[in-house]
Amino acid sequence: MIIPAAQVDGLDKEFGTTRVLDRINLTIPAGQVTCLIGPSGSGKSTLLRCIAMLEEPSAGIISVGGRPLGFSLENGKRVKLPTAHNREVRGQIGMVFQQFNLWPHMTALGNVAEALKTVRRMPKAQANEIAGQKLDEVGLAHRRDYYPAQLSGGQQQRVAIARALALEPKLMLFDEPTSSLDPELTGEVLNVMRKLAEQGMSMIVVSHEIGFVASVASKVVFLDHGRVVLDGTPQEVFAKPRHPRLAQFLDTYLDREAVMLA
Amino acid sequence: MSWKLFTLLVQAAGATALFSAFAVVAGIALGLFVCGVALSRFRAAAGVARLYVSFFRGVPLLVQLLLVYHLLPVLGLNVSSATAALVALTLCTAAYQAENLRGAFLSVPNGLVEAADVVGMTPWQRFRRIEAPIALRLAIPALLNEAVAILHASALISVVGVIELTKTARDLAASTLEPLPLYAMAGALYLVMNMVLVYGGRLAERRFSVRTA
Ligand SMILES: Nc1ncnc2c1ncn2[C@@H]1O[C@H](COP(=O)(O)OP(=O)(O)OP(=O)(O)O)[C@@H](O)[C@H]1O
Ligand SMILES: [Mg+2]
Repeated sequence: MIIPAAQVDGLDKEFGTTRVLDRINLTIPAGQVTCLIGPSGSGKSTLLRCIAMLEEPSAGIISVGGRPLGFSLENGKRVKLPTAHNREVRGQIGMVFQQFNLWPHMTALGNVAEALKTVRRMPKAQANEIAGQKLDEVGLAHRRDYYPAQLSGGQQQRVAIARALALEPKLMLFDEPTSSLDPELTGEVLNVMRKLAEQGMSMIVVSHEIGFVASVASKVVFLDHGRVVLDGTPQEVFAKPRHPRLAQFLDTYLDREAVMLA
Repeated sequence: MSWKLFTLLVQAAGATALFSAFAVVAGIALGLFVCGVALSRFRAAAGVARLYVSFFRGVPLLVQLLLVYHLLPVLGLNVSSATAALVALTLCTAAYQAENLRGAFLSVPNGLVEAADVVGMTPWQRFRRIEAPIALRLAIPALLNEAVAILHASALISVVGVIELTKTARDLAASTLEPLPLYAMAGALYLVMNMVLVYGGRLAERRFSVRTA
């Protein structure tokens, strides 16, 4: 059996008394793109953040590349895993944020090379060489010495992707990577992601770009009120007659793009 | 004003500059430490750090100087009045700088911290490479303001018998009966020291500014 890129079993997340994720079970196939869609507040970001260990799940087990992350199940009991183990497993994950989150005091190259130097303890020259290659892969070799504020949003997001790729992740998480971009800049970022998908990267993408979702995803997960409502191929999920909640979501949130699915 | 008086004033200004420079540098270093402790997970230590900050920001520097000057001998430390002055100036300015730095650390955008977590940095690596450089840059204007404030406030150290610019100008004014030129010259010397500080701050700002839109 092929080990899935990630596996989520019985995941709950509560903030205080509000339950934001409710018994999520998901398998993220390796080498494919899984897209998460759902209305605002449905818990998409929270799910990604739990997988990236930016939030601690209230219950359930997440594993990445077949290894538990954060907690494991031992004799039916959920136990916290040691920090060193978690750091190693999390090293397989790269994450790209809606707001890019590039470090403003470092150049594009500095941003990409930083973790290679401080976390992977690579010599500076080698780290810079790899960082240069990664910037080249996202089409930004000529912007390596620019600071984030000197780059367009689309360029910043591509640097952020290069920063994540530099660590050779096995799984890439994208949380609405194009939502804070001007419409004319989304294409360059989506193209980089498309290329990555073609190379067989395992990806989880939260996106409202339904065109991208329908064409690149091999799996679509529709989340509503913290629950998985639909989980299948794009054909299955978008097939008519549509699930009423999905139909409503497509109407309310995506009236412009949903036309192409009509 | 005679050359003699002028050189006396310049010498006194030198003392003011030295005391202030020491207090500024040591105050920022100590302030960074205090701020680190105040923001740390160690509850008790953080409480002590906050207490320190509120004491030294809450009590007038003049009182602090007198307290330190009279307290150190009681504690068995026989120090010169210059040392007492340095200690009090530093303790005082450090409290303000700690608060300036704390504000800066809290305003480092959370997303930048999370980006560091996601690439696997340890809390210390994250502090050293991401949070501290960004916070220090954000704090430069506030740090500079406090540096200027402590330069001005250093006039108070004369209460424990340390020679500095303001007191020297007063003494000379009293003995020569020409107060105006002396105070004008003292003011000019303060202005020069101020300009040096502000210029240094500008350089640091330009060199380290967080480049934003
Ligand atoms: N740190 C937090 N504390 C309390 N509540 C939170 C926190 N983070 C998220 N929530 C709540 O959890 C719910 C899910 O939020 P989440 O950001 O995961 O939604 P989302 O699907 O990503 O929405 P969007 O499309 O707007 O990004 C929301 O109701 C939100 O208010
Ligand atoms: Mg979200």
